[in-house]
Amino acid sequence: MERNRLLPSGRVGTGGGVETSRRTLHAVTQHGTGAGCPAWLALIMHQVEIATTRETLLDSPEMVLNMGPQHPSTHGVLRVILKLDGETVIDLDCDIGYLHRGMEKIAENRMYTMIAPYWDRLDYIAAVSNGLVWVETVEQMMGLVVPPRAHYLRTILTELNRIASHLLWLATHALDIGAVTVLLWALREREEILKIFERQFGARLTCHAWRIGGMPNDTYDDFEPDIRRFISNFPTRLDEYETVLSENRIWLSRTVGIGVISAEEAIAIGLSGPALRGSGVAWDIRKSRPYAAYADMDFDVPLGENGDTYDRYLVRLEEMRQSRRIVDQALDNLPDGPVNAKLPKIIKLPIGDYYHSIEGPKGEIGCYLVSDGTAQPWRVRVRPPSLINLQALKQMCLGHLVADVVAIIGTLDIVLGEIDR
Amino acid sequence: MPLVKVPKPKFIEKLKRFFMADLLKGLGLTLKYNIGAVTDSDSVGGKGIYTEQYPKVRPDVAPRFHGAPRLNMDPETHDTLCIACNLCAIACPEDCIDVLAMDVEIVVAGKPRKKKVLDEFVFDTSRCMFCALCQEACPTWCLELTQDFELATYSRAGFVWNREMLEQGRETVKYTR
Repeated sequence: MERNRLLPSGRVGTGGGVETSRRTLHAVTQHGTGAGCPAWLALIMHQVEIATTRETLLDSPEMVLNMGPQHPSTHGVLRVILKLDGETVIDLDCDIGYLHRGMEKIAENRMYTMIAPYWDRLDYIAAVSNGLVWVETVEQMMGLVVPPRAHYLRTILTELNRIASHLLWLATHALDIGAVTVLLWALREREEILKIFERQFGARLTCHAWRIGGMPNDTYDDFEPDIRRFISNFPTRLDEYETVLSENRIWLSRTVGIGVISAEEAIAIGLSGPALRGSGVAWDIRKSRPYAAYADMDFDVPLGENGDTYDRYLVRLEEMRQSRRIVDQALDNLPDGPVNAKLPKIIKLPIGDYYHSIEGPKGEIGCYLVSDGTAQPWRVRVRPPSLINLQALKQMCLGHLVADVVAIIGTLDIVLGEIDR
Repeated sequence: MPLVKVPKPKFIEKLKRFFMADLLKGLGLTLKYNIGAVTDSDSVGGKGIYTEQYPKVRPDVAPRFHGAPRLNMDPETHDTLCIACNLCAIACPEDCIDVLAMDVEIVVAGKPRKKKVLDEFVFDTSRCMFCALCQEACPTWCLELTQDFELATYSRAGFVWNREMLEQGRETVKYTR
């Protein structure tokens, strides 16, 4: 075939080995490289490949560029393979799996109470929200009634976690685009939330916040004053971010009209969270299928118009304001009482399957749980918002410049711990 | 590629843009911070330092913090509180606890009985994820995750803590100002 025809004679080897090598090469061209091909044969095949390459990279207008997995703006270990024409992206593919830890498989070999810490390590920026999915799935499947105080505390602390997650998104997104000041300010506010988490849960990042049936501890002594102080300072801080960014000409030129995705496309891909609402689709699980104490809360769902990076930025900033409102209301109406329901010593779920999802900071994070009636789940499947939001990357990036890819990865707000699991 | 229609700027907006009002607004705020930081009482020593000065200043770790493990002892008799019930080892998701017990013959009300006594306790801190499930499982408040957070060692073997290390604590160099 063509490969054989192009093979320069005498390329394979010299001396006594020539005959054998050539014969094998003929065999290869007839049967192709199937399984069971010896290593030395593969080496010869490799030489053949080199021999057939006539064009160099410079002859083609296209260039393939690897971005990541060590690139700091890919927010973890995402590898983006870019096909470029000059500096314009004409094709793009993502390579994931560098952070795979097999959490879903691990969960099949653990008791129900033991699985919660692993959920923290999916989206480690929003460990409190992730933990809530797991405990609520198990509670709802076993029909456990959680005390109202636990529901309210869950609402308060997951909303604080949403603010913390959005702050880290704002910090890194602004840093990617070139605004370093906001990084320092946003991390300063996030630090206050992490201190509240440390005092409440005993850890800052991977909190292991909830237990099945409620919470490990009631609130610590200064819980309410700490949160009150944070939410009273927070609006002025948010205004400061807006002063620096929202009207800044550099920020506008880097975000307006970049990474546009229409509402129809966003729904078709399955986007969720701020990435979907930035395109103007009113979908929020806190409103449509209320969990924890969200049914009692009064809050608005911010929507974008154009579906570009700037709109998603505005949506997330407004979401932080709404989260602050929810925390304020929940603190006002925080009921007294126990924070734990009565549980059997060994949790066994009824045979069957169940799906439950909540509105995490990144989007709809869900858990599909199949139980075979034993003390361990038969299958745990995570519905990861970051993975599904990442599918929009190609559509958003085509036609933009390499520098915009960085901005678009930032605006999708992905966490690789959750994508790879 | 769908493009967003940006409305044409009005005359006043053009004028603002010409005089760089958007940039000056941001610069004014950062300048305010620069001046304010020097006199801010929230900063460390009022010197405009906002970061923790570790290791010179020890961080203020919360009482509930999940740090290095410890086996608590009875404050009066200095016997271990551990009853070798193995509940912590069962509760651990990462299976990083080993409780080794031995049977000791004791006399209760004139009759010989066998009692389980703790012999050795192995805690692998390299596999621990500090979820505190072991601490919650402990019926006698013996196993506790303390506020000590400096767990780095020079070897993998150093991560495995035996009973003596868990009871007495590990010797670490503490830097203070």
